Amino acid sequence: MAPRTLFDKIWDSHVVETLPDSTAILYIDRHLVHEVTSPQAFEGLRLSGRRLRHPDATIAVVDHNVPTSDRTLPIEEADSRNQIETLERNVKEFGVPYFPLLSARQGIVHVVGPEQGISLPGMTIVCGDSHTSTHGAMGALAFGIGTSEVEHVMATQTILQKPAKNMKVVVEGQVGPGVTAKDIMLAIIGHIGTAGGTGHVIEFAGSAIRELDMAGRMTLCNMSIEAGARAGLVAPDETTFEYVRGRPFAPKGEAFDEAVAYWKTLASDEGAHYDRVVELRAEDITPVLTWGTSPETVIPVTGNVPDPAAEADPARRRQMQRMLDYMGLEAGQKIAGTPVDVVFIGSCTNSRIEDLRAAASIAAGRKVAPGVRAMIVPGSGIVKAQAEEEGLDKVFLEAGFEWREAGCSMCLGMNPDRLTPGQRCASTSNRNFEGRQGPGGRTHLLSPAMAAAAAVTGTLTDVRELI
Amino acid sequence: MDKFTVLTAVAAPLPEENIDTDKIIPARFLKTTKRSGLGVHAFDSMRYRPDGTENPDFVLNQEPYRKAEILITYDNLGCGSSREHAPWALLDFGIRCVIAPSFADIFNNNCFKNGILPIALPREVCTQLMDDARQGANSRLTVDLARQVIIRPDGQEVPFDVDPLRKQLLLEGLDDIGQTLQHEKAITTFEQRRAQAQPWIPHIVLD
Repeated sequence: MAPRTLFDKIWDSHVVETLPDSTAILYIDRHLVHEVTSPQAFEGLRLSGRRLRHPDATIAVVDHNVPTSDRTLPIEEADSRNQIETLERNVKEFGVPYFPLLSARQGIVHVVGPEQGISLPGMTIVCGDSHTSTHGAMGALAFGIGTSEVEHVMATQTILQKPAKNMKVVVEGQVGPGVTAKDIMLAIIGHIGTAGGTGHVIEFAGSAIRELDMAGRMTLCNMSIEAGARAGLVAPDETTFEYVRGRPFAPKGEAFDEAVAYWKTLASDEGAHYDRVVELRAEDITPVLTWGTSPETVIPVTGNVPDPAAEADPARRRQMQRMLDYMGLEAGQKIAGTPVDVVFIGSCTNSRIEDLRAAASIAAGRKVAPGVRAMIVPGSGIVKAQAEEEGLDKVFLEAGFEWREAGCSMCLGMNPDRLTPGQRCASTSNRNFEGRQGPGGRTHLLSPAMAAAAAVTGTLTDVRELI
Repeated sequence: MDKFTVLTAVAAPLPEENIDTDKIIPARFLKTTKRSGLGVHAFDSMRYRPDGTENPDFVLNQEPYRKAEILITYDNLGCGSSREHAPWALLDFGIRCVIAPSFADIFNNNCFKNGILPIALPREVCTQLMDDARQGANSRLTVDLARQVIIRPDGQEVPFDVDPLRKQLLLEGLDDIGQTLQHEKAITTFEQRRAQAQPWIPHIVLD
């Protein structure tokens, strides 16, 4: 057999049947369900009298809509409450395992899956959410789907898809101080653009990737979608196996050893073909952030906001100028030193215990700058409990951060955590689109350490000055 | 799902790249449990001013584009969130066909599932079609899916590619779940084979 990539191997092992036009009926191992993109799918099943084929391969959790304040209080927003109650009715009717709001295991679906050992290497994983790509860090083929496809998976445990192209992003070398997985990924997106990965699955490789812990790999794969890719992947290795070992839903004992033996066969073969290869040197990557309203508008924190006048294409020039106007920035200005109103540390990109530790290391012994609202939103109840066990909550609270309950929070502006028009936010989330964090809100994407640095200085700041 | 056969309609030019699904339908409107009714919020931040009144500069607030059934943009239309609410909002507004140099993958899928035809054409062709569209009501475009051509107002035909399976489903207005379930035996066989080969794959069962 010709040498195959990690993607090829997972794909091949899940093809149920190939239709005449090369569309595959692809088997799905794990279906993650949340309250926002599922109600119409459950309704579709009900209307057509179809059953949900594998509740034992499905897990539901509430995350997008939930308030991150006191959980014992009723949910104030009526339509959010309705969506959550609708999910609760649906999981009951169709027998789907569910972590409810008050469960310690509730959290952001892309934090919960790996944390619980539900997402495992070699699997195919889907969810009605684009950031499903996160689970690719496990060495699983994981991608976001629309609600019609959610219904298709519920009814058939498969999806119709054509094979993606293979892309490899190689980062060799050792990153400098203050440079995290978030900086590596933003640098990649800045380099290839938000459509750079369209039609491809990106496999991340190279020594700088191998060095990353699982949380860092999840950050990378999470934002593969911001690079336009269908999914991101990191080959499972000892770091992966150690992470999986002992998780609640992972195989145990001999079954675990058998699984590891299989997982070890998944890495791309020597000489496997990639349709596109991009290489970056780790040493060239510095702490970065975004200046505009597209995740590809990445500059070093030491850099200046670009000038639209330098752009030749008139449509693009107009769009850059609109970004500057929306963001309240001037062409050519230094980005460092720009005052922020809000700091958000959380989201499926950066809300794991490792992220909170990185933020706490900057916050420790410092105070949130006057007039800045700084929020820490752990990715799950489990992350929150772990952080409290380590005393991170005290570090944050003493510094003047808010210590909140798990959920998507200010990443997407659909729960009570939102920016108000004109507010500038240093955010560890994944999208800086106009209005993403609330109408008129201005988002700068950056790492947890950089976000903490912005909180304590009150401005966008090079974190290296604080370490 | 409605069939898509031949569409003759007003086309709206929106010459921007990277129009994300948050822009097509912001998250605060995703709290519905229905598919319908989102059209009024399509392109909310571009279409309405902060006080809620219409922004007269936005193309879909202008005649004849209020009745546009075709939308033409630049690269990477529908990037970002996987929300199917984006094509639902477009469809509810009346859009049945989107034309751009490229589409984000999930958005592209979601369009087909809802009877919206996404057509990818080179940027310069999109620019020409936008010029046609700017001539207003007297310059409708015709999209003939069976023949895979767009007919410009001057009669010139622009051919386009479309996946044969998806074309068939659109032409017949078919739901693909029913089609996949015709292969249920193969799915069951696959499951049996896998359970033997990889018995360690856990079932998710809560206590």
